Amino acid sequence: MDSLLNGFLQAFDLILHLDPALFGIMFLSLKVSGSALLIATAIGLPSGALLGLKRFPGRDLAISSVNTLMGLPPVVVGLFVYILLSRKGPLGFMGLLYSPSAMIIAQTILALPIVAALCHSAIVNVDPVIRQAARTLGATRNQETLAIIHEARYGIFSAVIAAFGRVMAEVGAILIVGGNIAGYTRVMTTTIALETDKGSFELAIALGIILLSISFTINAVLHRIQKKGMVRAA
Amino acid sequence: MKMLASHIRKEYAGRTVLKDCSCVFNGSGAYVLMGPNGCGKSTFLRICSLLERPDDGELEYWDDDKQLIHGLSLRRRMTLVLPRTGVFNSSVYHNVAYGLKVRGLSPGVLEERVDRSLAVVGLGHKKKQHALTLSSGETQRLGIARALAIGPEILFLDEPTASVDEENTAIIEEVIRMMKKEGTTTVIMTTHDKDQAERLADTLLFMTGGIIEERKP
Repeated sequence: MDSLLNGFLQAFDLILHLDPALFGIMFLSLKVSGSALLIATAIGLPSGALLGLKRFPGRDLAISSVNTLMGLPPVVVGLFVYILLSRKGPLGFMGLLYSPSAMIIAQTILALPIVAALCHSAIVNVDPVIRQAARTLGATRNQETLAIIHEARYGIFSAVIAAFGRVMAEVGAILIVGGNIAGYTRVMTTTIALETDKGSFELAIALGIILLSISFTINAVLHRIQKKGMVRAA
Repeated sequence: MKMLASHIRKEYAGRTVLKDCSCVFNGSGAYVLMGPNGCGKSTFLRICSLLERPDDGELEYWDDDKQLIHGLSLRRRMTLVLPRTGVFNSSVYHNVAYGLKVRGLSPGVLEERVDRSLAVVGLGHKKKQHALTLSSGETQRLGIARALAIGPEILFLDEPTASVDEENTAIIEEVIRMMKKEGTTTVIMTTHDKDQAERLADTLLFMTGGIIEERKP
C-alpha cells in the first residue's frame, strides 16, 4: 500500500516538474497517434463517404468487411506489419522496423476501419430529404454530396475522435513494431507496460494519469459534439 | 418563363401515378393544384421542377420565343419547396444562404438577399437561431425564404400549409399574394384547403386518375 501511495506522490512530482523524460514520451505518443489519425482520416473519410453515397458491386461486402476490421486485435496488426517490415519481408528494404514510422503504419491500419465505418454510418444516417433540398436549391451533384457530408459533420468528428481514443490507448501493435526503444520509440502505453514489469511504479502511474486525462478530454469533447449534433426542436 | 407539360406519364413499381398529364403555365400568376391524397400531385411537381424524370411525355420551358435546354442553369431558375422542408443542421441564416452559395454569389449580395427573404417571411429576428429549433410553422416559412432568396421564375410549393397553424398559414398566403402582385414569379402550389385554393388561385387545376383538368375559379 505504501509503495502505491509513494508511486502516486512521485508521479505528481514528475508531472508538476515537467519531467523531460515524461514529456518526451508523451509527445512521441501524441505524434505517432496524431499522424496515424491524420492519414486514417485522409483515407477513411472519402472511403466512408463512397460507401455511404455510391452504389457499386461488392458494396455490401465492403461495408461488412470494414465493420469487421473495426475490431482488429492490435497484436495481430503488429504481427502483420512486423512481417511486412522485417528485413526478410516484402518492405524490409525500407528499414522501417523499430521506428516511429512503423508505429504510425500499424496505428493507421487500426484507425482506418474505425474512421471509415463510423463516417459511413454518419453519412447514411443523413435524412434523404437533405439531398433533395440541396437539389431543389440548385446544387450540382458534387454540391449535393458536400451538403450531405456537411450534414454528417458531427458524426464524422465523433468517428475521428473515437479512432484517436483507440490508437492512443493501444499497446500491442506499437510494442511489436516499435520495439519500445528508450528515447526513440518508447511511448506512454509501452512505458507503462515496461515500468510495471520492472516494479517502478512512479513513471507508470504518472503516465497512467496523463493517459486517463487525455482519454477523459477526448470523451468530454466527443460528448459535447454529440450533444451539439442532436439539436432538435423541443 | 413559360412552361409546357405534355402527356406526362410516371410509374412507381408498376403502379401508374401519372397517366397523361398536360398543362401550360404562362409567365405569371398562381396555379393551385388540388386532388385526393396519393393522386400524384407531388410527383407532378417534382417532375416539373426537374427533380425527377417522367417515364414518358415532354417538358418544355420557354423564355419568350427561345426554348430552354434542360440542365443545371434551367434548374436554377426555379425551385420546389418540399413538404418536409429538409432543414440543414445549422443556423437559419446558413439555410437561406445555401442556394446563393452554390451559385457562387459574393458574400455582400448574399447577405442582403438572405436578409430580404427572411424579412418577407417574418423570420428576420431568428436569423442567428439554429434552424432545427424552429417550430413547424417557422420551418415551413424557412423553406419558403430559402426559395425566395434565389429569386426563382417558377416557384413550386408542395402543400406549404399542410401542417401549419392559422397564423403561419396567413403569413404564407400573404407571401404568395405578394409574389402574385410582383408578377415576376409563377407560383404553382398544391393544397387540400378548398377555401385557400379559391383565395389564391388565378387558375385552379384538379388531378384525378392521373389526369389534370383546368377549372376557372
